Amino acid sequence: MAVKKFVVGCFEEEDVLFNAVKNVRKAGYKLHDVYTPMPIHGLDTAMGLRDTSLHTAGFVYGITGTTIALSSISWIFVRDWPINIGGKPHLALPAWIPITFEFTVLCAAVGMVLTFCYLCQLAPFVKKHHFHLRATDDKFVMVIECTDKTNDAEASTFLSGLGATEVNVQHAETGWWLGRYDKESKLYADKTETVTA
Amino acid sequence: MASKYESLVRPPLVDGSKNYHQVTEDIVRPIEAPPTRAWWIGFIISVILLLFGVYSIYREVTYGVGQWNLNKTIGWGWDITNFVWWVGIGHAGTLISAILLLFRQGWRTGVNRAAEAMTIFAVMCAGQFPIWHMGRVWMAFFVLPYPNTRGPLWVNFNSPLLWDVFAISTYFTVSLLFWYSGLLPDLASIRDRAKLKWRKHMYGVLSFGWTGSTKHWQRHESLSLVLAGLSTPLVLSVHTIVSFDFATSVIPGWHTTIFPPYFVAGAIFSGFAMVQTLLLVTRKVLKLEDYITIEHIEVMNKVIVLTGSIVGIAYLTELFISWYGINKYENWAFFQNRLNLFSPYGWSYWLMMGCNVISPQIFWFRKMRRNIAVTFFMSVIVNIGMWFERFVIIVTSIYRDYIPSSWATYYRPTIWEVGFYMGTFGLFFTCYFLFSKFFPVIAIAEIKHILKRSGENYKKKMVDVEAKDVEEYFHETQHAHH
Repeated sequence: MAVKKFVVGCFEEEDVLFNAVKNVRKAGYKLHDVYTPMPIHGLDTAMGLRDTSLHTAGFVYGITGTTIALSSISWIFVRDWPINIGGKPHLALPAWIPITFEFTVLCAAVGMVLTFCYLCQLAPFVKKHHFHLRATDDKFVMVIECTDKTNDAEASTFLSGLGATEVNVQHAETGWWLGRYDKESKLYADKTETVTA
Repeated sequence: MASKYESLVRPPLVDGSKNYHQVTEDIVRPIEAPPTRAWWIGFIISVILLLFGVYSIYREVTYGVGQWNLNKTIGWGWDITNFVWWVGIGHAGTLISAILLLFRQGWRTGVNRAAEAMTIFAVMCAGQFPIWHMGRVWMAFFVLPYPNTRGPLWVNFNSPLLWDVFAISTYFTVSLLFWYSGLLPDLASIRDRAKLKWRKHMYGVLSFGWTGSTKHWQRHESLSLVLAGLSTPLVLSVHTIVSFDFATSVIPGWHTTIFPPYFVAGAIFSGFAMVQTLLLVTRKVLKLEDYITIEHIEVMNKVIVLTGSIVGIAYLTELFISWYGINKYENWAFFQNRLNLFSPYGWSYWLMMGCNVISPQIFWFRKMRRNIAVTFFMSVIVNIGMWFERFVIIVTSIYRDYIPSSWATYYRPTIWEVGFYMGTFGLFFTCYFLFSKFFPVIAIAEIKHILKRSGENYKKKMVDVEAKDVEEYFHETQHAHH
């Protein structure tokens, strides 16, 4: 994946960040992402992200589970191995409800978590570029992607004006790859130019 | 403020005027510091207990289930008692994390991580019992439904014991996924702070490369919410299904329709008691009193008195039905085998009544709910009582069957049955000690999420705001936004 240039701004407060996100979008900059230490409700809307369809996927996995459970149990007990258990009917639907329910939940949960990991590209040994190490601690990090038209010095000043306490320019490969955290394999040029806030 | 206003009537959920960075510091500190002497002592004792359990299991596998004192009438002794007890304990975690998440209970954030971990370890312990109870444990895979080479041989989908297999394994898997997906952001916090190479690498692998991107948070929240929605009926179904093991049989004392709700309430009751036991120690040892506050302990005590009373009503209902109903064997099981203090196991029934129904009533008093020593003592008493509940249900219903000639045998466990039980304590506490050393016992991101509206800082600020004149306040807010 190509190495791109980013302007990174650090914010201390959510309220300042919200305002900055709105202004950055209004100014026409290409907002790459915002990294926060905890979920911030409404930030996705402010950034213009569409709502996730993960729950729809979960529903589909669940329905699949129900179908698999019911169809296989009824095939097993009615066609493949119709054994007389205490004179009960072969098609004993009420007795299959617990297993059907459990299997539905199992399929939905496992399917959703795997889908979540796939969509977010999260897995053991996956290494991503971290724009700021304190983005998982107490800083709110806004990243603007530089396009052909973007003047990074101008963007930096713009971010500082919006209340960013720390602004710098980074070159990073934003894709994902397998790597180790203790070994810095130089897959991207690690040029950091700090602009005073 | 972006966050919603929360009433001042509610006490703060995080004490001590923290900011985001301090939250991370406080919770990660015990992970980064070398283990304390208390930790080592506890850990070594747990490992010794675990080894005792392993040896007991080894003997059971080598010499057969004859190592246990199970006899002609008592086919389910300590092992199934312990199974039901451990599964019950495993219920508080998912209840706290899932049901209280759906009900938007802010106080869950302080305790959910430890409770979820406890659930997973408790279910791991529970799962041991039915597996080793099979005797020929190398045949355990027979419980799995798959097309096999032994002719058209399938498992019995109509059997509650197979429902158990599905229920417990699903419960374990979903709880594990719920717990781990919640851990990802916090593990990333530890990774990004790490100075040591091995720690950076280990938490790098464990955190799956979490960055905190907004899109990831959005999906993460959606995932947690749906998993909570799935776990809520799941947690109710698991103990319902465990109760079906008893209720679908025709043994006097087991064959009752009240079992599912009664088992679920009992499970939550004992689960909360175990959470109390663990958290009271954890908050003290790891110095987390600001996050697991006395308010948290009080609300959990309220849940304990509620569920304890539900269990009490269930006991009384059972007695009433056995008296009112037409089944004379049922009547005998309750009034002769249980209620009669002078019957062979009458003592266990009264122990159960005393521990589960009478003693928790102390929590009607606010002073008692907020007393650490009383809470700790009661949490242990409740767990003992709930163990006796399962013992009473199993043993008193089956030690006297329809043939009076077999009544002479009194059941008491052998050392290897006790050893196996002690071994699961070893497993549970070994896991918990490792968890508290290597993982954050409090959900860091979730605490940060509620900090701005439930932290002490915010509450203090709101006192000033509330004291202000309306017009003055209006003027200030207008000014702040322009």
